Amino acid sequence: MEWITRNLPYLLAGISVGGQYALIAIGYTMVYGILRLINFAHGDIFMVAGLIMVYAVTVMPIYAAIPVMIAATVLLGFLVERAAYKPLRSAPRMSIMISAIGVSYLLQNMALYVTGGLSQQYPQIPWISDSVSVLGATTKRVTLITPVLTIVLVVALVLLIKKTKIGMAMRAASRDFETSQLMGIKINSVISMTFIIGTFLAAIGSLLFFTNYTGVTPTVGAMPGLKAFVAAVFGGIGSIPGAVIGAFIIGICENIIKGLGWTNFSDAFTFALLIVILFVKPTGLFGEKATDKV
Amino acid sequence: MSKKTKMAWNAGLIVALLATLFILEQVMPSGSMFLTVLKKGAIYALVAVSMNLLNGFTGLFSLGQAGFMLLGAYAYAILTIPVESRGSVYQYFDGGIVQFTVPVPVALIAGGLLAAVFAYLIGLPVLRLKSDYLAIATLGFAEIIRAVFQWDKLGPITNGSNLLRSFPSFKSVLYPFIVSGICITLIVLLINSTYGRAFKAIRDDEIAAEAMGINLAHHKRLAFVISSFFAGVSGGLLAMYQTTIQASMFKSAMTYEILLIVVIGGIGSVTGSCISSFLFIACSEWWLRFLDNENLYLGGFHVPFLRPGFRKVVFAIVIMLVVLFYRQGIMGTKEFSVEGIANFFKRKFGGKKTAEGGGSHE
Repeated sequence: MEWITRNLPYLLAGISVGGQYALIAIGYTMVYGILRLINFAHGDIFMVAGLIMVYAVTVMPIYAAIPVMIAATVLLGFLVERAAYKPLRSAPRMSIMISAIGVSYLLQNMALYVTGGLSQQYPQIPWISDSVSVLGATTKRVTLITPVLTIVLVVALVLLIKKTKIGMAMRAASRDFETSQLMGIKINSVISMTFIIGTFLAAIGSLLFFTNYTGVTPTVGAMPGLKAFVAAVFGGIGSIPGAVIGAFIIGICENIIKGLGWTNFSDAFTFALLIVILFVKPTGLFGEKATDKV
Repeated sequence: MSKKTKMAWNAGLIVALLATLFILEQVMPSGSMFLTVLKKGAIYALVAVSMNLLNGFTGLFSLGQAGFMLLGAYAYAILTIPVESRGSVYQYFDGGIVQFTVPVPVALIAGGLLAAVFAYLIGLPVLRLKSDYLAIATLGFAEIIRAVFQWDKLGPITNGSNLLRSFPSFKSVLYPFIVSGICITLIVLLINSTYGRAFKAIRDDEIAAEAMGINLAHHKRLAFVISSFFAGVSGGLLAMYQTTIQASMFKSAMTYEILLIVVIGGIGSVTGSCISSFLFIACSEWWLRFLDNENLYLGGFHVPFLRPGFRKVVFAIVIMLVVLFYRQGIMGTKEFSVEGIANFFKRKFGGKKTAEGGGSHE
């Protein structure tokens, strides 16, 4: 029992971080499924979402700031796709990836300019920032909300992809880009929709993430972004349930490693896991199930 | 143009360049921005060319350059800190366990070799991966190396996450130019050899290259190891330039910068990488500095938006424009050469049309 109370905080934090990674990872996996592009800028969009929230609460009440933040982030994701990826649709894949790196560089530098390089304090959000106690371990309420919210959102997303027309178009586009175009699917709107969904989830992820880790700096998005990408590869890129499971595994492992006192290696572990999985099963856990591909 | 005159021209140009640099250094006040740009630019040129060898000539999209630079920089620093100042540098680790020094050139080469050995080991699993998976795996390895070097338990060797300092550095701008020049010449010789042609064949079509009898695994590993060797050397040079190093400097952002230099110069052009690294460093350190000045007036007009950091935003926008609309970069896959210029003038003024213009190597 004592062992549980001692280690429960790490496990809870792991599940919570895992949920936040999952929300970011979905953005990666959906974009990769359709465009075969590692969207390096996704982590930075996550960071910008945090900054928008910081500035939004200074001019409006918090219940208005949250929808504004989400809307602005989604708009940013949409604009990035239109400005930086759409002109390169017929270019070699490496060019698009370089463009993604360029966008990431631009967003980081803009954030540096706007914040002046200082860490910005993320606002306290009432109710979800409150402390609660679980089996003797004290934690923020957000830790408990995150996994539930993540699962609800993922179920909704899977339903969207399985049941709706746009979802069907996404599945078709990820299966065969060119043929789906020939079948009359408006590929640009499908891709825009993918980016909108991805950035929407990243915005919610940032809300949950920064409630726990309150300092927003220009480079804060890089690490969660890369880790979420690893989660997407781990679960089999293109597969949404895979990305979610991968993200939870990575979040939990990382926090267990921190609990063991190896904080330095929690990032390194994630990448070691990536290399092992690429070596043993390059398609990831669920990579072969083509039916789940988006 | 015969091979002999070409050689003579190239040798003459190199001597002229070195002489100009020497004179500039005597004339300019020390600490002038121009000399700083030249020093840092020469170092970045080397690492950009080494990355170009992988990305542009072999078609391996690797993002591990910062990790290999870290290895080179640390190897250099650890091997050259004078024994008498080790006590103060490794103050938390009782002076460290390395208690000898080696001459500077040996330490630079040792840095390169360490990076090459690591590249060999990393390459065994990683080089079986394709394009973007390779990119992310090498990026991951660079992060792992960085975490390992910041580990307390290795403190007696690496000084943990503390600064390494007091190692010898260079005063003259000629030093990085000569070292980088030798290394880049070696890379160019490699690119023009049979190995280089095999690399290009792999870049253009792996399957066809394999069918022509090129051993894919062997050549990819060779390119990876050699590129990492030179990245390690440039890491050592960077340590000399900066006079202090710390593992946290070598983040993935550094790799991205190098990649952008390669892209701006033209993927697949050695001279392009060199030119763009000087341009890149000059823009980021010097030419755009005025954008950070809050009180800039253009004839009574107070220019808005200017404050620290604006330079980097403008710079990033310029890079995005290059990436989007000027995709082949400054040089494309062409090379800047004496013969190319000669042909250019012949076409312009000689009246006699030559079929081939611009580059001579491709």
